[in-house]
Amino acid sequence: MVTATKKKMVQWDPADVKAELIKKYPPKVARKRAKQIMINEALENETPEITANVRTTPGIITMRGCTYAGCKGVIMGPTRDIVNLVHGPIGCSFYAWLTRRNQTDAGPDGDNFINYCFSTDMQEQDIIFGGEKKLAAAVQEIYDLMHPKSIAIFATCPVGLIGDDIHTVAKNMKDKLGDCNVYAFSCEGYKGVSQSAGHHIANNQVFRHIVGENDTPTEGEFKINLLGEYNIGGDGFEIDRIFKKCGITNIATFSGNSTYDQFATAHQADLNAVMCHRSINYVADMLETKFGIPWIKVNFIGANATAKSLRKIAAYFEDQALIDRVEAVIKEEMPEVETAVADIRSRTEGKTAMLFVGGSRAHHYQELFKEVGMKIISAGYEFAHRDDYEGRQVLPNLKVDADSRNIEEIEVEADATRFKPRKTPVQLVALEDAGVKFKHYDGLAPDMEEGTLIIDDLNQYEAEKLVEIMKPDIFCAGIKEKFSIMKLGVPMKQLHSYDSGGPYAGFQGAINFYHEIDRLTSSKVWTYLKAPWQESPELTAAYVWE
Amino acid sequence: MLLRHTRKEIGERKAVSINPAKTCQPIGAMYAALGIHGCLPHSHGSQGCCAYHRSALTRHYKEPISAATSSFTEGASVFGGQANLLQGINNIFSVYEPDVIAVHTTCLSETIGDDLPQIRKKAQTEGKIPEGKYVIGASTPSYVGSHVTGFSNMVKSMIEFSEKTGRKNGKINIIPGWVEPCDMEEIKRMAKLTGVETIMFPDTSGVLNAPMTGEYKMFPDGGTTIAELKSTGDSTGTLALGEWCSADAARVLDKKCKVPCRVLDMPFGLKATDRFVDAMRTIAGVSVSDELAVERGQLVDMITDMHQYFYKKKVAIAGDPDQVIAMVEFLVSIDMCPVHVVTGTPGKKFEKRIKEITKDKGFEVNVKARGDLFLLHQWIQNEPVDLLICNTYGKYIARDEDIPFLRWGFPILDRQGHQYFPTVGYKGGLRLLEKILGLLLDRKDRDDPEESFELVL
Ligand code: SF4
Ligand code: SF4
Repeated sequence: MVTATKKKMVQWDPADVKAELIKKYPPKVARKRAKQIMINEALENETPEITANVRTTPGIITMRGCTYAGCKGVIMGPTRDIVNLVHGPIGCSFYAWLTRRNQTDAGPDGDNFINYCFSTDMQEQDIIFGGEKKLAAAVQEIYDLMHPKSIAIFATCPVGLIGDDIHTVAKNMKDKLGDCNVYAFSCEGYKGVSQSAGHHIANNQVFRHIVGENDTPTEGEFKINLLGEYNIGGDGFEIDRIFKKCGITNIATFSGNSTYDQFATAHQADLNAVMCHRSINYVADMLETKFGIPWIKVNFIGANATAKSLRKIAAYFEDQALIDRVEAVIKEEMPEVETAVADIRSRTEGKTAMLFVGGSRAHHYQELFKEVGMKIISAGYEFAHRDDYEGRQVLPNLKVDADSRNIEEIEVEADATRFKPRKTPVQLVALEDAGVKFKHYDGLAPDMEEGTLIIDDLNQYEAEKLVEIMKPDIFCAGIKEKFSIMKLGVPMKQLHSYDSGGPYAGFQGAINFYHEIDRLTSSKVWTYLKAPWQESPELTAAYVWE
Repeated sequence: MLLRHTRKEIGERKAVSINPAKTCQPIGAMYAALGIHGCLPHSHGSQGCCAYHRSALTRHYKEPISAATSSFTEGASVFGGQANLLQGINNIFSVYEPDVIAVHTTCLSETIGDDLPQIRKKAQTEGKIPEGKYVIGASTPSYVGSHVTGFSNMVKSMIEFSEKTGRKNGKINIIPGWVEPCDMEEIKRMAKLTGVETIMFPDTSGVLNAPMTGEYKMFPDGGTTIAELKSTGDSTGTLALGEWCSADAARVLDKKCKVPCRVLDMPFGLKATDRFVDAMRTIAGVSVSDELAVERGQLVDMITDMHQYFYKKKVAIAGDPDQVIAMVEFLVSIDMCPVHVVTGTPGKKFEKRIKEITKDKGFEVNVKARGDLFLLHQWIQNEPVDLLICNTYGKYIARDEDIPFLRWGFPILDRQGHQYFPTVGYKGGLRLLEKILGLLLDRKDRDDPEESFELVL
């Protein structure tokens, strides 16, 4: 890729790039987008401010999805023994059917509904006369056919408008069936401005209807919950492998390959480890308030990040045997990682990447790129809030606008019988001093270099411009962005749902990812774009053989 | 077992649909709109629908699918989406500069009752639609019909462009229905071989199978041009391929511009292709080229050569009505037995057609319109088959029941080739047979005991 490297040497000024991105917009749109594009000043003391979690402008080809996608697709989709019943016309349910590559392992009980798609397939008469009866009948039919432990009901756009009372239907059915927990999610697509609202709605209901339902003591030492891990491409399996090796008991993953009982017993953990801050930080807070379980931010994307997170967990439990075991595991796993890095780094060193995914991934994945010597020149989230960019210290200053007000905040109090602080205030302070920070997340901006571009809710037009101007060696986003970027001759890696690869978490995952990056950025295919006759089109003579 | 909770006993289900064999209207409208040159589809509703439709089309075609959305939030859902759409139209023409915006509704905007024609009029009077540019619209509520209905509705909207000038253009309009871009190309090639001049709409060839060049064109070179769409009113006649996908548009055009139409089956397999070629020939008053006759002969040749492997093999099939009707006819014509037939799209006519085609052929057919793959799977558990023909979602059934599996229809998420190698026409028939044969014989080679494992088959 001689030409690409040459072009990359041309220096660009971030302010010029920003100006170029918004040049073509009508003035109002340009003004709004300008506030969502931030030139990072992370190396200075003050964190600059970015506008996030605001509505997408109509007509702009956005990367975002909707509230329903966040609720059913992201949070509840990966649970294996809960039947997810979508109340609405067929499409919403169809599109969320197996498309996120959440992997599952049915386990000894054998319950696994993840390969199924359930819908009330509302018809015109249901829209006109209401769909509550059909919904109740659908729950009954599912129960009769499959006897699941639990049925979750999701509302789609029209359901909210016609006013079907899904919560009452759920409650009545729960009472009627007796041994099946039925609850509902008001996650109509128009609520909120992105998937993020759906995460919130999902988590609230899981917390309200499932967490704490089962007090049968769980076995095992060093009990944690892993929050915000969805087992895309088997990530959760790799993390669980490592936990097991270390002797850490993962009671519940929220929600990759999870089960109803995992959620129901989650209140028995002694620590919550938060992966995807955006999708689930409030569950961590609620678990702390209600049951006294502290939380720390972890990251299992990247080998060093994994080692660091394991050490943090071990330090929290203050148990020498655990600390030693974690060190032993790291020592055992790292050589293979280092060999892979050494091999790949010679080809990836100095190459550049752009990441536009989710509300944590565009941060987490930077670790992996840095491990192979690559630079991140621009990044941003599809549905983050300001704290995901700037850190949790901005939380008290966040303005609550009309769209956020639509999303219920549930008030949680200490559980009368089960609240039990896991550490004393003195212990917590000592741990903080030792570097185990609680309730803490610095966000994406401090980890990015000065002068890089941080862009919220990037859209197709800006993505294309950005790639044209800055010519990254790789671009990461989702399936909708994949092929327009590739048409520009730039390798593209999906990071929501990973194309075909994974796992990328943990030690083995890191190795997988290095190989994938090596494959993508060193591939010869990008040299085939022009045919030989396009490279030198001069005609000399007809039918000349030599 | 992937679908471990599916059991043989078939109970009546009135309320829950499990593993649907259809999806919602707007995705069809979006696909159809991409078949107009320089057109940006626009989804009038909340952005999630649009994201889903773009993702699903992207996964199937492995091409960029550009489409804008009105990005409704709660306010728009309460007060109506007019402001969002007007703003959207303005932004789209300034930023992306398409020739046409093809708006379709979603469940949300349909339920609140947004009036597309009225909003468009307002956009026009407010000067939001530049000179020489167009906005068309289709109503596509997903609680009616299916993705096929949405496709049909958007194609119907295209008739709005047609004009009758009184000067005949000597062409035949072909409405190909929801087939792959390469199928549209193949239909055009067959027309050319027959010596017929055509206007095809929609036409996604060149749009959704565009080459990789290092350049990204938001509006690739392919697609039916506005000039062609206008000219459809001056054509000699219209061939609408498929009752569900194409007939409505042809009838509307007939009514509007007096362009007579004939509704044919989609040209999958021998007989439907024969009828298609014959119809072109008679309408245009030409004789069929030898080349096409040779292609036909080759298809018949392969059927005769390999008939022993097709004969009496049982097939389960799910897909969209127009495609499935033609496919079932093809299977029956080579003495295969399509014993379980499902479409997700409603329509009693479907069941009737399938029963007609399979009548007195020596097997009983289970057929259902508005069916789902859960039911299809149960039927298969009760009466096993030798081959399953279905979109990608069929792979779960195929693996659990250990059945050879032909991926066919929409969506195909896990294989390539469907956008490049046609399955319509005689050539497409050859390809279908080659695939079916490959599947059946691979299976035979795997299952045969060693003593009867043979080199020559
Ligand atoms: S709300 Fe309606 S249009 Fe949107 S994805 Fe769901 S079914 Fe389709
Ligand atoms: S950041 Fe990633 S894991 Fe988190 S919600 Fe988004 S897509 Fe899911």
